[in-house]
Amino acid sequence: MSATALRLRTRRLHRLEPAAVVGVMSRDATVFTRNWKTTTFSSIVEPTIYLLAFGFGFGALISSIGGLDYKQYVGTGIVATAVLFSSAFPGMYGTFLKYRFQRTYDAFLAAPVDTDEIVSAEVLWIGLRAGVYGNVPLLVAIAFGLDPRPTAVLVPFICFVTGCAFVAFGITLAAMAESIDNFSYVTSGILTPMFLTAGTFFPISSFPAGIEAIARLNPLYHCVQLVRDVVVLGVEPLADLGHFAFLLAFGLGLWRVAIWRMRKRLID
Amino acid sequence: MGVSEESAVSLRGVVKRFGPITAVAGLDLEVPPGVCLGLLGPNGAGKSTTMRMLTAQAIPDEGEISVLGWRLPGESKQARAEMGVVPQLDNLDVELTCRQILTVFARLYRVPKGARADAVQRALEIANLTERADTRVDLLSGGMRRRLLIARGLVHQPRLVLLDEPTVGLDPQVRQELWSLIDALRARGTTVLMSTHYIEEAERLADTVAVMARGSIVARGKPTDLVHRYAGTQTHEVYGPPARLQELRAQGERAGWAMRRSGPALAILHAERHDGTLPEGVRRAATLEDAFVVLTGEEIE
Repeated sequence: MSATALRLRTRRLHRLEPAAVVGVMSRDATVFTRNWKTTTFSSIVEPTIYLLAFGFGFGALISSIGGLDYKQYVGTGIVATAVLFSSAFPGMYGTFLKYRFQRTYDAFLAAPVDTDEIVSAEVLWIGLRAGVYGNVPLLVAIAFGLDPRPTAVLVPFICFVTGCAFVAFGITLAAMAESIDNFSYVTSGILTPMFLTAGTFFPISSFPAGIEAIARLNPLYHCVQLVRDVVVLGVEPLADLGHFAFLLAFGLGLWRVAIWRMRKRLID
Repeated sequence: MGVSEESAVSLRGVVKRFGPITAVAGLDLEVPPGVCLGLLGPNGAGKSTTMRMLTAQAIPDEGEISVLGWRLPGESKQARAEMGVVPQLDNLDVELTCRQILTVFARLYRVPKGARADAVQRALEIANLTERADTRVDLLSGGMRRRLLIARGLVHQPRLVLLDEPTVGLDPQVRQELWSLIDALRARGTTVLMSTHYIEEAERLADTVAVMARGSIVARGKPTDLVHRYAGTQTHEVYGPPARLQELRAQGERAGWAMRRSGPALAILHAERHDGTLPEGVRRAATLEDAFVVLTGEEIE
């Protein structure tokens, strides 16, 4: 018996082992060293274009919203868009490709790795990336004159938590999809409405009361509010704690759902 | 727990259904430690499903499975830590190099940090891929990819290796290469469970062959014993026009001969028992293929 096997025999392996999670993340990190340019490009260019188009386009018509310069309003709002794009899409497409076509997860499952660990590793890795990419619109806005509060250092963390939640959302959909075409429904039917009703470009209070109530259930809305508060408006402890709790609950819930759906998909 | 005495792999009364299809139907199989067991069966016999159940990637509907003393599926993770798996379908990460893949799996198999580089180097040497260590997988030939799949399953020096159809779809020369690789494993005392539908592969590599058909084991033994038990020592092949062979088959059925189609000929098994009563034909030694056809009712292409 080899030394490794002997060592493992002495202790019981758990469902969620840090070593396995880090191992799966090391695979993602190794792939990332090859394709970081394309990943980075697609994750930051689109939100930046939105920022410039809306900031300068609408910004010329609307001077301010709720006391905020429109560029600042959009600059902080688009952070959530950048997080959504860099988390939900890799969660959906990346995961689908890996389990369906490359069978990467099948290979992991033959090693001492469980579905819980695979899903958690993907969530953490893509969440970390989203935590970085989410800052790009803010940096662009700063370059155009936005003056952030010191609490803006919390933005990467907010982006990370939001990102993790949306990766889990993406993985859940990937596990339920029968073909990659199914994702069109998700993009048009869920993600686009979500990012348009998050208070990114205009306040959700502009909606009729019923729709506003629904928009408050949009996790992205809570991300937008948090970012806007820590960067320009100032922290409102109770309200912001509520926003954060909402994001955390959404993320943790979907993390479990993603594991459940993915296990159904991977284990016969 | 007497690890050395118990079976490396044990399946008892295992049943696995997929909707209306029963892929594995009451399978009993024991693999003693240190043995290379060939699970030989036609396509669709349930071999791959059986292999997947041993890593808990498929959960049986009935029956008990234990691997290296661990009960599945509850303790499968411990079992997986101590065994290596070489899947039938290539699931290598095409974006990575050989070394990168092996390093990721050394981590997943919990090889300690300080020993990882050596473990990877050793696996590369076993698979004869040292010179291709830093080549990306999508640039490797089919044979090299297969060898890398094997190296991936050996990086943590497992005591049990599962090989699911290790040479399917490969040309004869590459097959020979892989055979010597598997032979070397066997020589080192590693327990091997190998599924295959190639008779020659089972005959050449396996100490013991278990013949699987329609989801269960129909016979088990050393290849030579199986031949003697199910096909006798001699096979008598009769050639002729189809009508003549059909007539002969009917005659044989009345006389209780064991028969099979063998290419264009009708082969009469256990020919040594019927000396003097058989029509003119060609005598040859009985083969594992003869026994396989008798056991599974499947003709070989």
